[in-house]
Amino acid sequence: MRILALDSSGLVAGVAVLESENEKNDAQTIAEYTVNYKKTHSQTLLPMLDEIVKMTELDLSTIDAVAIASGPGSFTGLRIGSATAKGLGLALKKPLVEVPTLEGLAYNLCGCEGLICPIMDARRGQVYTGIYTCEEEELHIVEGQMAISIEELAEKLKNYDQKVTFLGDGVPVFKKRLSEELLKDSEIRFAPAHMNRQRAASVGALGMRYYMEGKTVSAAEHHPDYLRVSQAERERAEREKAKGESEGEK
Amino acid sequence: MSEEKDVLILAIESSCDETAAAVVKNGRDVLSNVISSQIALHTLYGGVVPEIASRKHIEKINQVIEEALKEADVTLDDIDAIGVTYGPGLVGALLVGVAEAKAIAYAANKPLVGVHHIEGHIAANFIEHKELEPPFFSLVVSGGHTHLVRVVDYGKFEIIGRTRDDAAGEAFDKVARAIGLGYPGGPKIDKVSKEGNPEAITFPRAHVEDAPYDFSFSGVKSAVLNYINGCQMKGIEYNQADIAASFQKAVTDVLVANAMHAVEEYKVDKFAIAGGVASNSALRAAMKEACEKKNVKFYYPSPIYCTDNAAMIGVAAYYEYMNGTRHGWDLNAVPNLKLGER
Repeated sequence: MRILALDSSGLVAGVAVLESENEKNDAQTIAEYTVNYKKTHSQTLLPMLDEIVKMTELDLSTIDAVAIASGPGSFTGLRIGSATAKGLGLALKKPLVEVPTLEGLAYNLCGCEGLICPIMDARRGQVYTGIYTCEEEELHIVEGQMAISIEELAEKLKNYDQKVTFLGDGVPVFKKRLSEELLKDSEIRFAPAHMNRQRAASVGALGMRYYMEGKTVSAAEHHPDYLRVSQAERERAEREKAKGESEGEK
Repeated sequence: MSEEKDVLILAIESSCDETAAAVVKNGRDVLSNVISSQIALHTLYGGVVPEIASRKHIEKINQVIEEALKEADVTLDDIDAIGVTYGPGLVGALLVGVAEAKAIAYAANKPLVGVHHIEGHIAANFIEHKELEPPFFSLVVSGGHTHLVRVVDYGKFEIIGRTRDDAAGEAFDKVARAIGLGYPGGPKIDKVSKEGNPEAITFPRAHVEDAPYDFSFSGVKSAVLNYINGCQMKGIEYNQADIAASFQKAVTDVLVANAMHAVEEYKVDKFAIAGGVASNSALRAAMKEACEKKNVKFYYPSPIYCTDNAAMIGVAAYYEYMNGTRHGWDLNAVPNLKLGER
């Protein structure tokens, strides 16, 4: 089986192709292209796929599914990846495999001892995060992806009382606070440069497992999971709530 | 004589709040025209919310495209090229259509043709007027645009006049909100105006100095707001229908005056209106009358082709395709794309 994987949830644009002859354990990456550069994903993602297709003489119609980092992340980045995956799925008549961004990111560190904690800078004082362990290629979700403050996350991690490895674009933002303040008495580490950001190969490897478990969606059904409503919806809900409260006081 | 092969374009449009796809044959025959409108959703917020629009586009786009193919009774294999709006518009909204179109074109091995949204609006006139061919003049009026355009040839434009501030449709939306009609303002003002007196209140008709074809609508909008404030301060109840009709008349007068000025200067014999505001009944009537007086043939699309739709993008894409326009896999959305730019 053959999986095409895309990740444009953050600053990184990634495309990868993975293959597996039989069952889960002989999967390998055929090609991976990662770009962490200021160009927009709209300009990079499809040319990267084209490069891989040419380089590996890939016949796109032979892929079984398109795995997509399905959120959270940059709203626009997610949609560029999703629309690309949906267009490919529509034209190739193939299903999609949604790989939650934090799960794909955690899978970079598969085999790592202790807890794996990806953090993405979510602005407004929050991180997109989740808590995972991963052994023998099996990802275990200790706490599923969420948007919370870094302080809340630190509290959660303290309670587990285990070694933690952080990765993701939230690390440069919070590294100092985590190691010198919030978790200064805990054993924490940070992933190295070749595995500390989104990797399409991880999305593909995990996506391949989900595909074999039957976790697919149609290209038409798929849309990103933002983990957050839009600003306009949030502000409207706040207004409605304030209105309800002031009416309640009357 | 051998029969020439038909050229089929699959077109995608997502520049604002309509998710749309269409199949167009030989640039003139619309085989399908599917539009998923989000108006009801944005009404809650009094206008289009870009993030919500983008989210809706990604949820609906595949269904809309699949329906367009099905309605046209064709498959992707039958399609010769993929056309897509890549600007101007809301960047997040545009990006959904552009990324989708690129992926489909790439995977199905079809040429990709990026289309200018305004070029699409003008091309909407070709659908129902098979005899219409360039050169002609066009007035493009919508929520985002007010352009007086000289259509030199297919895909070749010269902008003669443009708005200096608000687009005509934007002024309609703002005034509609001020007099309590809500969103979308254009159709609502049009309807209410039928019960009002267009001569009841004299709102200013702005002319831009040294630029006889340019427009300015912020003045008339402010005049309406001032009038309402004045009424409220004096405790007088204002007449919603009279304000709407008088405002609509002021805007229409300027649009027609500048258009007719161009007709005389450039010795125009064909004139086409386009864009969402082109379905405004007062503008249509006034333009028709003015054109008839000057012996100019007047064209306008049906309302369904005035609103944002993909059929018009398919028509424009056909002529671009025949002219040899091809875009690469790095095509990006360009929110402020200029007409005639590549």
